[in-house]
Amino acid sequence: MKELLLIVIGSALVNNVVLSQFLGLCPFLGVSKKVETAAGMGVAVIFVITLASIATNRIYAWVLVPLGLEYLQTIAFILVIAALVQFVEMFLKKNMVALYESLGVYLPLITTNCAVLGVALTNVQENYNFLESVMNGIGISVGFTIAIIMLAGIREKIENNDIPYSFKGSPIVLITAGLMAISFFGFSGLI
Amino acid sequence: MNKCIERIYNGIIKENPTFVLMLGMCPTLAVTTSASNGIGMGLSTTAVLIFSNLLISAMRNIIPDRVRIPAFIVIVASLVTIVQLLIQAYLPSLYDALGIYIPLIVVNCIILGRAEAYASKNGPIASAFDGLGMGLGFTVGLTCISIFRELLGSGSFFGMEFIPEDFHISIFVLAPGAFFVLSMLTALQNKFKAPSATNGSVPASQLACGGDCMHCSGSVCAENHMKLETRQGQAAKKD
Repeated sequence: MKELLLIVIGSALVNNVVLSQFLGLCPFLGVSKKVETAAGMGVAVIFVITLASIATNRIYAWVLVPLGLEYLQTIAFILVIAALVQFVEMFLKKNMVALYESLGVYLPLITTNCAVLGVALTNVQENYNFLESVMNGIGISVGFTIAIIMLAGIREKIENNDIPYSFKGSPIVLITAGLMAISFFGFSGLI
Repeated sequence: MNKCIERIYNGIIKENPTFVLMLGMCPTLAVTTSASNGIGMGLSTTAVLIFSNLLISAMRNIIPDRVRIPAFIVIVASLVTIVQLLIQAYLPSLYDALGIYIPLIVVNCIILGRAEAYASKNGPIASAFDGLGMGLGFTVGLTCISIFRELLGSGSFFGMEFIPEDFHISIFVLAPGAFFVLSMLTALQNKFKAPSATNGSVPASQLACGGDCMHCSGSVCAENHMKLETRQGQAAKKD
């Protein structure tokens, strides 16, 4: 139990997926203009990454290892993730219309989010078992959500500030992200 | 022959993926802690780009339009696996330094972007040179950024240390330094009005989504989604 908790805290705060590992930067910089959309994206990412870490872990243990095809993991994982996102989209559209309306827009964006493939690959690299993989997935996606919502909150305030001409647009966003990364160093003493 | 040279010039100068198109930001920020890592990552991506462009272009008439993206992904993923195994066998130190970012070349937007925008519309030779140009442009971009970061952060040039340790600004080789370096780069581009995707002076790419992650905020995707929905609704009504 203690180890599982450590995995969640470690991947959510200490090794934050965007701020220290640079995975999933495109949505982090792109979908962070408003807190509302950032939160929607964050929830969709939590949903998909958790499902993807379950699916890829099982595929690895049930299909790739028995057949001795571990070296095909990258191909297998990316196909599983793409199929999973499609399937989730169809399932939500049919059975949970309310959830589909709030998350549906973000789902196709997530297939190309490198964080999803990154989670699947780290789970294998670290030799995590089933439960640990799921916890790692939850931790990483929660960390992504925390970071993107915080950045969106700061960006909403920055809008009203007087920024030098050269720093308008993406430079100031990148500086904000850099300062956030420094403050996330503070968590490194947690574990 | 002229066209091949033009593609290489286009990739390195005119549409440089790092400085002008701002594609593939994840590896740009993550692996540029030392110059040798930057070159290694750039050259591995170049190898994948050349062969993915060549193969996709050669098969562009066989692959049905509706399943082209999954087909492209499978081709790219196979090539990345080959490159990964080769690096693991012959350059183990680079393999350890780059780690998870080698398999993640699959999701690098440059590769699928070039497949969509160029290789699926042009002949194999021109596409291979397009891949070579784009890959070299990416390598040049990564190397420039990593030389700066290594010089400031660990006071060395390709591993040769010549600045005493007291004068190292170690934050530049850590995660926040990556963001600061990139933000300074884009700020300078804004200041001198250099062509860059970040100040809107570059025409939108031919990708379905526009390929501009910095300004998209999911709006283009949402728009496409709505169009698709209405189309599907109309089709359902007809039935």
